[in-house]
Amino acid sequence: MSIVLLRVDERLIHGQVVIGWGHELRPDRYVVVDDTLAESEWEQGLYRLGAGGTDVVFLTASEAAAALAEYGDDASRTVILTRDVATMRRLAEGAALKGRTVNVGGLHHGPGRKKVLTYIHLTPSEAEDVRRLVDEGVRVQARDLPDAPKVDLAAELGFK
Amino acid sequence: MSDPVARTGVVLAHGTMAVGLVDAVRHIAGSAADALVPLSNEGLSPEDVQARIEEAAGEGAAIVFVDLQAGSCCTAALASCRACADRIVVTGVNLPMLLDFVFNRGLPFEELEQRLVDRGRSAIRPVSADRTPAG
Repeated sequence: MSIVLLRVDERLIHGQVVIGWGHELRPDRYVVVDDTLAESEWEQGLYRLGAGGTDVVFLTASEAAAALAEYGDDASRTVILTRDVATMRRLAEGAALKGRTVNVGGLHHGPGRKKVLTYIHLTPSEAEDVRRLVDEGVRVQARDLPDAPKVDLAAELGFK
Repeated sequence: MSDPVARTGVVLAHGTMAVGLVDAVRHIAGSAADALVPLSNEGLSPEDVQARIEEAAGEGAAIVFVDLQAGSCCTAALASCRACADRIVVTGVNLPMLLDFVFNRGLPFEELEQRLVDRGRSAIRPVSADRTPAG
């Protein structure tokens, strides 16, 4: 099992991920799953700058869903990142992430979003995506950094 | 093309670092610190950070100082420069770098950019009571 972290964070590759989680997990590769970024070489360059020399792969949600089993079997330690819950939910369809934990680490204040935790704000649609992740057999855990308290996000939202 | 003049320094960092740095510049250099605008990414989405940079930098030339290269501050700062030829990003901001900026911000961009990097780097060195720092 070499997918060492599945994380939802709208900042994708940034300090908390590269330094906070990176120090703990020592990943060999970041897989950024985002349909828009997968088409933008310029933006990919920005995120590669922040990865500190670790390999970065950009995939669409469809490409990533097809590659999940391969990453799971690979010896390389892989961190999978999405910028929203909906994309992670697409990866989880068909119980593809059943039994795994999805870490939600940073969704900030924005239009229509309601505060759940200091670092997590969700629209009703995003909260529904959390519920659908749970329905796919995924544990959804909020935790911005490895040494922060683990919060059961589904329970926090009243889905349990 | 002539070099634009650096009129504003936007200091963008995690937590309260930027406010602290600009406050330190003000204590040392007085009103010259007015050329600096501190920003934090705390609790902001990437889009909101970029909007704050745009607001702080205004329409004139600007340098965006950020703390980490591997960070959301740097990513947002670089994105803000995409369509703005008279804006650059300098990573690894420190106090000597900012002090130099506020007194030399009228220099041509290319000269200023290298100068700030040199000042920031040269200020980092081991010093002890019984050892004179290398020049």
